[in-house]
Amino acid sequence: MSDAMDKATHGRLLGRTQVEDLVIVPLFAFVAALILGAVVMATTGVDLATIGTSYVALVKGSVGSVNAVSETLTAAAPLVLAGLGLALGFRAGLFNIGAEGQVVMGGLAAVVAGVALGDLPAIIALPGALLAGALTGAFYAGIAGWLRAVTGAHEVISTIMLNLISFRLLDYLLSTPLIQKEGRADPISKSVPDAAELPRLLTFIDANLRVHAGIFLMLIMVGVAYWLLFRSKLGFEFRAAGENPVAARFAGMNASLTIILAMAIAGALAGLAGANQTLGVLDRATPGFSAGIGFNAIAVALMGRSHPVGVLLAGILFGALEAGGRQMQVDAGVSIDLIAIIQSLIIVFIAAPLLVKALFPWGFRREGSE
Amino acid sequence: MTVHLDKARLRQTRITGGILIGFGVLMAAFLAPDASGVATFRLSRPTDVWPVPNLVVPGGPFIYVISALLAFLGVRQFLRGASKWSSLTLAIGLAIAVAAFLVWATAGKSFSLTGMLQATLVRAVPIALGGLAGVLSERVAVVNIGIEGMLLAGAFTGALVGSLAGGIAGLAAAVAVGGMFGFILAALVVTYRMDQIIAGVFINLFVLGLTSYISSQVFQEYRALNNAPVFRAIEIPYLSDLPVVGPVFFSQNIFVYGAFILAGLATYYLFHTRLGLRARAVGEHPRAADTLGINVYRTRYINVTMAGMVAGFGGAWFTLGSVGRFDEGMTGGRGFIGLAAMIFGRWHPVGALLAALVFGFADSLQQKLALLGTPIPSEFLAMAPYIATMVVVAGVLGRARAPAADGKPYVKE
Repeated sequence: MSDAMDKATHGRLLGRTQVEDLVIVPLFAFVAALILGAVVMATTGVDLATIGTSYVALVKGSVGSVNAVSETLTAAAPLVLAGLGLALGFRAGLFNIGAEGQVVMGGLAAVVAGVALGDLPAIIALPGALLAGALTGAFYAGIAGWLRAVTGAHEVISTIMLNLISFRLLDYLLSTPLIQKEGRADPISKSVPDAAELPRLLTFIDANLRVHAGIFLMLIMVGVAYWLLFRSKLGFEFRAAGENPVAARFAGMNASLTIILAMAIAGALAGLAGANQTLGVLDRATPGFSAGIGFNAIAVALMGRSHPVGVLLAGILFGALEAGGRQMQVDAGVSIDLIAIIQSLIIVFIAAPLLVKALFPWGFRREGSE
Repeated sequence: MTVHLDKARLRQTRITGGILIGFGVLMAAFLAPDASGVATFRLSRPTDVWPVPNLVVPGGPFIYVISALLAFLGVRQFLRGASKWSSLTLAIGLAIAVAAFLVWATAGKSFSLTGMLQATLVRAVPIALGGLAGVLSERVAVVNIGIEGMLLAGAFTGALVGSLAGGIAGLAAAVAVGGMFGFILAALVVTYRMDQIIAGVFINLFVLGLTSYISSQVFQEYRALNNAPVFRAIEIPYLSDLPVVGPVFFSQNIFVYGAFILAGLATYYLFHTRLGLRARAVGEHPRAADTLGINVYRTRYINVTMAGMVAGFGGAWFTLGSVGRFDEGMTGGRGFIGLAAMIFGRWHPVGALLAALVFGFADSLQQKLALLGTPIPSEFLAMAPYIATMVVVAGVLGRARAPAADGKPYVKE
């Protein structure tokens, strides 16, 4: 993974190869994925006119109105937050599949803390709830980091297991008296009090606009991640460990600590993504509230080339796909699962630039002339 | 280096010793006083050819004996220091601890032990075949995270083609589609040099997206497309009449037999044929294999495609082997547990099968315990296999060695 992803963003000036890597490959990946998406629709008996309608709906639902933009940003915020965490992990050579579980645990912890702090003023309750989400996510991811550092257990398997465990744990905890909503028999948490909610931003225009203060959190974290990765000693150690673990060890860096910290910070960001959902969008935790955010964030981090700014742009694109996909389902009656297919195709084209170059040879210089 | 190793081993011995003593004490303190009455395990049905009497165990005394045994094994770990039997001791200790736990849960009630063992084999099938697919591809150094997606593809294809053209055709199509995804994985990682884990993640997400899309776009409307026949159990003449062993091993459907046969075939292929030797050489040292004239790329293509076919067969179990209809995401992480079975089974087909049986046992145990109404929440029981997987991957039961070139792309010079 390092080869394709780390090529990005090393020089200040963008050379021709970097333009190819940063702009042309993602662009072609996106176009190719849309075309293949249309092919999938056509094979399942969707006629051409409906395919056209669905792609128009995709645009309309993502950028076509104030509400569409609000929906796009609302969907983008958790993807960017979790994607930043994954990007940090990738830079440190860690493949964290566990963002989904960290989103679950962080989101749930934020609800618990929000309910507990609900009587306090918002200036304490909201940061407290967010912090609880981040710390819980960090702890949960830290388990996988610790296992990797101490026993060598591969983080891919252990984070997948932690995902599966988190779903069961969520189901169980949602029916415990401390968390379950009073008077309900089904697994659902208490509602988050107003003081701990991420406030909506555009209610003065229309009360239904869902975009909330989480987008500021997202922008702040993009800055923090950039600083951490490229301006701090810790970030240097992450990148060193990712690019050449042997050299990093000989340079006197503590490999175990780097792994644990990288996982914990990734988990904190995924936990914030979960808190963003429960405190900003859902106002409660329900079974399956993570809704695949952690998995889509993998695609976001890959498409953003593990660079914080790239992750921001990729996250907004994926948020747009999600918001547009809902419109598509309404307007054209095409299942929103199609978006999942398009997203996975984007991953494959991004992660295998050779494949894109084989499909669209005219967009690139010949291998020999580089 | 040796000193370091000895220290690590000593620490492992102490940890296992501590775990065993801890279990012993906890059981004597909490489980034994609670287990009043006798636990009755039914071994055969009254209609069986040779009925055998029920296994009746007095609850309290049995658990005290087990606790003492656990404590003895634990203390022995401390006294003997770093012995090479420490993994085996832990395995035996955990096995008898599970037996005691079962007696506690059954005390005063009765349940069919044979039924549970039968369910163990059935539930082990997708894990075993997933693990076997993992062995086949990791032996040629291709890490296959995409097994989950290949299982799902097999399940989906089995349901679709099975509904249209019958069970046999459905099974064949599931194997073919599994093989196709194996081939795609090979193409991505070998020819297009994509990162192996990303390629696997892609296959999982793509198959999940595609099957969910078709199932909500098409199956909702045309229900007849998602209504496949199910393969019934095949009774092996005479052998299936044996008490306990008969129903467990000789009265199962083709997927259970298939898992055992394929594990045997894969062992023969990998360790007793020339092609298998070549495959393993590619996994251990591709450069050397290449020098000796083995086509590394082709070997990887062939073995990863075979792995996909095995996973496709295992996927068909979900639909053609049990319920006959496809549900979105119905594999529920079995492919990942299969990968854990592969690691637990030390990259050996038979090892992966045995590990899958352990996971299958945990799975069916959880179901039985939920029926017996134990005070432990069912979610925690459902988590047990995942926690066990993490423990296994963390190497508590001894460290296994992956093929040397595992996960590394090979670029021919």
